Amino acid sequence: MSSLAQSHLRETFELNIGPQHPATHGVLRIKVVMDGEYIDRAEPILGYIHRMHEKMGENRTWNQFWPNMGRLDYLSAIAYNHCYAGLVERAMEIVVPERAEYIRVITAELNRIQSHLLGFGAYIMDLGGFTPLMYAMDEREQILDLLESVTGSRLTYCYFRFGGVYNDIDDDFITGTRAFIKRFRPQIPIYHKLVTGNVILMDRLIGVGPVSAEMCRKYGATGPVLRGSGVNYDIRRNEPYSVYPELDFDIPVYKECDSMARYMVRMDEMVQSCRIIEQALDKLPEGPVMAEKVPKALKPPKGDFHFAVEAARGTFSMRTVSDGTNTSYRMRLRSPTYSNVSLFEEASRGMLLSDALAFLGSLDPVIPEMDR
Amino acid sequence: MDRAKIKRELENLAAAGLPAEPVQEKAPVEVQAEGEAGGKEKAKKAEEAPRKNGLIETEYAKRGAHLDVQINPDQVVRAAEILDGEGMTLEMVTGVDWIKDGQLEVIYDYSHAGGQLFRVVVRARVDRNKPDIPTVCHIYGGANWHERETWEMLGINFAGHPQLEHFLLPEDADFYPLRKDFKP
Amino acid sequence: MNELIRLLSYMIGIAAFLGLNLAYLGWVERKGAGHFQRRTGPKEVGPYGLLQPLADGLKLMSKQLIIPANADKALYMCAPILIMVPAVLLFVAIPFGEHLVPREFNFGLIMMFAFASVGGLSILIGGWGSGNKYSLIAGARAVSQNVAYEIPMLLTAINIVMITGSMDLNEIIRQQGSYFWNWNIFRLDKSVLMPVSFLVFFICSLAETNRTPFDMGECEGELVAGYHTEYGGMGFGLFMMAEYANLVIGCSLTTILFLGGWQSPIGIWPGPHWFLLKMYFLVWCFVWIRWTYPRTTFWGLLNLSWKYLIPFSLVNLLLTALFIKVF
Repeated sequence: MSSLAQSHLRETFELNIGPQHPATHGVLRIKVVMDGEYIDRAEPILGYIHRMHEKMGENRTWNQFWPNMGRLDYLSAIAYNHCYAGLVERAMEIVVPERAEYIRVITAELNRIQSHLLGFGAYIMDLGGFTPLMYAMDEREQILDLLESVTGSRLTYCYFRFGGVYNDIDDDFITGTRAFIKRFRPQIPIYHKLVTGNVILMDRLIGVGPVSAEMCRKYGATGPVLRGSGVNYDIRRNEPYSVYPELDFDIPVYKECDSMARYMVRMDEMVQSCRIIEQALDKLPEGPVMAEKVPKALKPPKGDFHFAVEAARGTFSMRTVSDGTNTSYRMRLRSPTYSNVSLFEEASRGMLLSDALAFLGSLDPVIPEMDR
Repeated sequence: MDRAKIKRELENLAAAGLPAEPVQEKAPVEVQAEGEAGGKEKAKKAEEAPRKNGLIETEYAKRGAHLDVQINPDQVVRAAEILDGEGMTLEMVTGVDWIKDGQLEVIYDYSHAGGQLFRVVVRARVDRNKPDIPTVCHIYGGANWHERETWEMLGINFAGHPQLEHFLLPEDADFYPLRKDFKP
Repeated sequence: MNELIRLLSYMIGIAAFLGLNLAYLGWVERKGAGHFQRRTGPKEVGPYGLLQPLADGLKLMSKQLIIPANADKALYMCAPILIMVPAVLLFVAIPFGEHLVPREFNFGLIMMFAFASVGGLSILIGGWGSGNKYSLIAGARAVSQNVAYEIPMLLTAINIVMITGSMDLNEIIRQQGSYFWNWNIFRLDKSVLMPVSFLVFFICSLAETNRTPFDMGECEGELVAGYHTEYGGMGFGLFMMAEYANLVIGCSLTTILFLGGWQSPIGIWPGPHWFLLKMYFLVWCFVWIRWTYPRTTFWGLLNLSWKYLIPFSLVNLLLTALFIKVF
């Protein structure tokens, strides 16, 4: 903290950042006690888009809960689909056909690229550079078109089913995806040239918002936040699910612990996702995309079950308590941003306002997912 | 991280919290074994009664956790200390309303932050009429929001929590929506 | 009588020039931004979207003026006017051509700086009068930014005054002569650092006009819309127009001081067209920079001025003095 902030002359004022504010990416509100341009205390206030998905999970049958999965994190909805599918398949011991698993991975990784692209664009827009957003949107549009052709929706995907996926992918999708990757690969160096190497951007990101690995552990932060703090932790590797163990990809890890590290993790993850998609397309087996004999009315056995996936923002996990009926007894959704943003209060103490917002952007919050 | 050590210490902790009824010491293991083997009558009987304190080693592929331990509410801080010392992270805190038993259950999900595959579930049951449990905020800063949410959804009172205020719900909400007797 | 006609025609001329610029620089910026960003920009209203500024103007004028309850009404109302007045006034001194100058002052440069600093003040008034904390922060930022950047700007301008020995803008241009190597930016015999001082002056005018990457007063990522958060309708419109007016003035001043004003770079046909060409090139650079770079932080901005630009300008000043004395 600055010596100014510690002096007895200080006089603070409160500033409400949000619920409507360009930097909060939605309806997040941050109550900030400011000391001039320095932040004394910043308390995030949630709940402006709370929809009580957990209660809906208790009132709906297992199948009826599917659409909710697209409405948590509207940017990486397929990962959420994956988690719910995995959870119930674990409970019911359903074996998913291999082709379906590959399709799941392909769509999930496309979705991850899409999410990181928007995260990248919106983040730079937070920092005042508007142009990269449009570049990112251009690429993102291609992904949305591809996913729309197979899932039927552009944002709130409800594509997976227990035991497989709703719709088989066709040749158009495969060639389209390959073409997209071919087109997208050379774009990333352009982004780095346009944005990352910029002196102003480096000045704004390097050393801003330090989050140590220990702090991440205490707050349960995951995803790019944790990997930007030098911890090699990715559910896809450390707690393998689906066909990820059969695919060769790297987990980008940066040790700098600052906003730049988190930004770079996301940029590198897009490259890795491209690798995953290419391999998965190569290995894509023939066969059915739905398991046989999945009962229409599901009644998972009693007990609790837990499943975790790597969403674009970190570990998304679900814990359900089943009482053997056709609805869940308790459905708990653990969203990554909820934990990631909870460290904002501690980490932002004594920061400059502009640095704090650069830091908030580097956590890449998606508000509907935090509020659930 | 030392899996054996965590298991041993949690086992001791659970045993220390058991009421002095010698018969029930083996009970939890039985429930698990039979619940999965399918000894129907016994299992049914056992499942109807609330689970007793104790440690169960669960199969990860089936349950998504390696250790499942139930302890007394006053022991959750000690459990958090044990797991914190071993480099585990608190992934989430949640609650379940067991209205039939007149109890609320608090569930703590721990996983290893360093990347090893090891998930521990710690549970504690509190009385529904007097749902008090100590907070673990001072050990895991991240527990703050999770406990706050559990408090406002289920009315579980985390004693010593710095800020039990409404968070996701409106400020004037005087109900606990995730309780089973909640009528909107 | 003749003088009156002259005055009137200049007044009309300035008003027309200004109106055209304010409307169409917005169009240029949007169109430019569109093409930088892989899209087309405005295209629906009129051919190439050329009527878009008119539509925008109509929209802004038809909007209800809302004065926030917390606002200081008098200050709130006068800030947009106050920012516009000096911006218009300054066109009086700008020599577009050798004889195309509304009024030749022999202290034109000083007048430019004097009135330009009123702009920063009116931003503070607007920020304070709005009764909004974001606006207040923005106002405070804008003032310290203007103070910080006026100093290196003035110090650099003093170089030119020392070289030319005049503060008359037209005289400064006249001395630069035709052919581009006679321009002040390339006059290495007067001071070897001349190109760098051009750069300093250019950066300062970027900062003075509150443009990205130095738009600390606006800063939509942090301060919503900065000092004009609470302004709607034509109040906001005036702020926007003042921004473009200041842009034109900043670029004109740079052109006059460093790029030889209406002088021809190739020695033929000196005249206003060269002035406009040079000025609009600089304006285009401003647009270009705005849509390429992210924003600096406030601290970074002040550091740049106080730690780098001001010491450099001082050294530069000494060096120029030395050159003039020695050679």
